[in-house]
Amino acid sequence: MIFVSLFITFFEIGLFGFGGGYGMLSLIQHETVEAHHWLSTSEFTDIVAISQMTPGPIGINSATYCGYTAIHNAGYGHLVSILGSATATFALVLPSLILMILISKMFMKYMNTPLVQSIFTGLRPAVVGLLAAATLLLCNTENFSTPIENPWQFGISCALFVATAFGTGYLKINPIRMICYAAFAGLLLLY
Amino acid sequence: MNIYWDSFKTFFHIGIFTLGGGYAMIPLIEEEVVNKKKWVTKDDMLDLIAIAQSCPGVFAINIATFIGYKLRKTRGAICTTLGTALPSFLIILAIAMFFSQFKDNKVVAAMFRGIRPAVVALIAVPTFRLGQRAKLNRYTIWIPIACALAIWALGVSPIYIIMIAAVGGYIYGRL
Repeated sequence: MIFVSLFITFFEIGLFGFGGGYGMLSLIQHETVEAHHWLSTSEFTDIVAISQMTPGPIGINSATYCGYTAIHNAGYGHLVSILGSATATFALVLPSLILMILISKMFMKYMNTPLVQSIFTGLRPAVVGLLAAATLLLCNTENFSTPIENPWQFGISCALFVATAFGTGYLKINPIRMICYAAFAGLLLLY
Repeated sequence: MNIYWDSFKTFFHIGIFTLGGGYAMIPLIEEEVVNKKKWVTKDDMLDLIAIAQSCPGVFAINIATFIGYKLRKTRGAICTTLGTALPSFLIILAIAMFFSQFKDNKVVAAMFRGIRPAVVALIAVPTFRLGQRAKLNRYTIWIPIACALAIWALGVSPIYIIMIAAVGGYIYGRL
């Protein structure tokens, strides 16, 4: 049953995931964290961090990780969990495969028509909103702690947030290097 | 060399060496597929990138499928898609299998407490960049705000937002 649910969920993510890796984030987050509780918010954030540091698209990475974790948390062994990984990844890729083949076969000439273009005109601003939602949803106690519960960690977290936004946004520091700095800061200040 | 094996290998290679997601792989794909192997022309490549960007799904997979299909129809598409997905699949699988053992390690836990807020910032920054690229103005700025609030505050599924936006764009185009 959980295999079917994994397959359907990641097929949907593949089918409706507009706007590339980051655009897909809120969809992946909504499905895996909010709707199915396969991952916690901090686990999801960790996957995003790991995806930044390892090669490969974030969509594939989260499908693989999620497929494994969901099955493993349901009490199955390593081998069955690997099958879960494969199921989720296959389900994510399948809509792309079908859609791109269909477009190559017959819809290439329709891609520039006003009708298709107007649909994309509607999607573009919405994808910005999707990404904003992903950011807002990740700004929670699991990732930042709270001023009451742990004021020290909350303060450091906010400082790291601002520093990373400034570092990658204005100073154009490589995101991977920025993650390494943050890890070092965490080790020094939040141990 | 067998073209299926060759295309699989080329995209496997591209899959291994792309850090930082889909768009970072465009120059690598161009070098391998356009300049070295000459599987597609430069102009075709620009069209493929434009379509792969606007379609749903993982960008890298979309591009790989296109090129594979151009080479050897459906079987070619399967080869290139497999090649692109396999490196990340194997790497993340290894991490998923062993990360849970390290997660509770005090050093690793402290590092990830520092990494998490940084990652949130890494997602916040492209939000603004994407907003600029979408050419938002004061008549359209409410659309992303409304979408974000619907998802964040009301818990609406992003799938519905996508559907409504597509229909909205279609209706707007007919006015």
